[in-house]
Amino acid sequence: MGRITPYKVFRAVALAVVVVSLVAPLLWMIAASFKTNVDIYDSSKTFRFSPTIANYTKVLQQANYLDFIGNSLWVAFAATALSLLLGVPAAYSMSRFNMRRSALVVLMARVIPGVSLLVPWYYVFSNLRLVGGFTVLILSHMFVSLPLIVYIMMGFFDGLPLELEESAQVDGLTPIGAFRRIALPLSAPGIATAGILSFIFSWNNFMFALVLSGADTKTLPVAIFDFVGYASIDWGGLMAASTVVTLPIMLIALFVQKYVVSGLTAGATKG
Amino acid sequence: MAVRSTTPTLDGDPAWSRWANHHRKWLFAAPAMTFVGALIVFPLAWTLYLSLTDAEGSVRAEADFVGFQNYLEVLSDTDRFWPAVARTVAFTGVALFFEVVLGMAIALLLWRPFRGERWVRVAILMPLVATPVAVGMMWRLIFDPNIGAANQILGWLGIAPQPWLAGRHTALPTTIFIDVWQWTPMVALILLAGLTSLSSEPDEAARVDGANAWQRFWHVTLPLLMPTVIVAILLRGIDALKTFDILYATKGRGGGSFHEVETLNVYAYGLSFDYNEYGISSTVLILFFLIIIGSMWLLTSRNKKKDAQ
Repeated sequence: MGRITPYKVFRAVALAVVVVSLVAPLLWMIAASFKTNVDIYDSSKTFRFSPTIANYTKVLQQANYLDFIGNSLWVAFAATALSLLLGVPAAYSMSRFNMRRSALVVLMARVIPGVSLLVPWYYVFSNLRLVGGFTVLILSHMFVSLPLIVYIMMGFFDGLPLELEESAQVDGLTPIGAFRRIALPLSAPGIATAGILSFIFSWNNFMFALVLSGADTKTLPVAIFDFVGYASIDWGGLMAASTVVTLPIMLIALFVQKYVVSGLTAGATKG
Repeated sequence: MAVRSTTPTLDGDPAWSRWANHHRKWLFAAPAMTFVGALIVFPLAWTLYLSLTDAEGSVRAEADFVGFQNYLEVLSDTDRFWPAVARTVAFTGVALFFEVVLGMAIALLLWRPFRGERWVRVAILMPLVATPVAVGMMWRLIFDPNIGAANQILGWLGIAPQPWLAGRHTALPTTIFIDVWQWTPMVALILLAGLTSLSSEPDEAARVDGANAWQRFWHVTLPLLMPTVIVAILLRGIDALKTFDILYATKGRGGGSFHEVETLNVYAYGLSFDYNEYGISSTVLILFFLIIIGSMWLLTSRNKKKDAQ
């Protein structure tokens, strides 16, 4: 077992190459976010530089990023909670009653190009005076979250044995009671998976917010563009802003790794 | 027992509860389906209608019905539309090829347990949860022709600096590279899930028969894994066709000043929200949608034929 074979050496080297090429660019971004713009332009300061938090104070104070962080959090939480509320019972019904065609309708939402929906949405919601508000942002993000949750939860309920709910009904629970008291508690890991994935997708969503958000409701991915000017780019600020946007989501993924992986690979092995 | 289960004790108001339990199938499914349906069906029908009119300027303005004129105009547009189709196909095809090949390699490397596995898995997860727009900005700095790390590394190797995202012909390959960096881990994770679910017996049998590692992979593992490969291609392919965030983050509106990374999605976005050409943009979107459905259909029908054999 402990013998060192050529394959083991090859594998260790190959894995090291994979890890470095995936992580190094992210570290480069974080390093640049602690540099002054002068140091970023100086190739002799690539690795050795005196770190500064000036970029972060600029991002968080002058650029109002605390507000945008709040916006992103609010939209992602609301969209995820509402999608779970609609999506979990729907996935349960679609799994238990084998409603594959109805499920396909919901999953179509993953296939349609978002731009083709944005023009009509924009028209309708601007007539309702909702464009630029949180309502329309949350609704549009639910459009991404809901199909994802239905997809993940259908797979989860498919794997949940029917016998438990049946015996609960024999013991006097109604079918809905069996769903509430038996199936729902048992599917907590599935709900956690679906909720986390939905939160990540909503936090990262760019195109819907680009069109539908206003100056006060801007989410982080849209706010990044404040650091890109026509003539020049504030690289230090831009990298700090990018880090502020993406680091929280990477940390979350680090702590709930198992759920993220099972959500991303859901349905992949059923064929 | 069976008799008792037909008259369950109902909690709450019996009449309401009995009705709810009887109709629970649609009571559960209808809200979600209505929500998605309302946000899809009406907009899609409207996009279809707009594609047959000369709507422009404002969606509220009077628009005349022009039949299939927009379609004729778009399909004969060799200046913007067909190059965008070509870029979309090239972007998706090349990115998918590298993502599947590299993803398969990474999945095979991770297949058998080893020390430090946890940390490798964490590293693999990072790119694919990172915010695509931020990823675009990050690579924009790394690929900057003057101050970026990419040219610095080429310099150490004695290779001439490249224009990367700024070059007319290098921009699209560079964005493909970014897509491959971000999404290869996704394909790797899906394939790894497939590999772990395989039974080890066929592989062992082939080993006993004296097959070498490559033969075992090509003739045993890969055919068994094929359904998972198709799912990975399908899931990734749909998203690759619709790539928008990294293209917009690295090249801005219209896919750059020469439209060098203008795919169908970027083109349609520009027509809708930069030029307000709603008629033409709806036409492009309908055609784009047909391309997506068509390629999905091609992929799944080939898969089914293989299953039937």
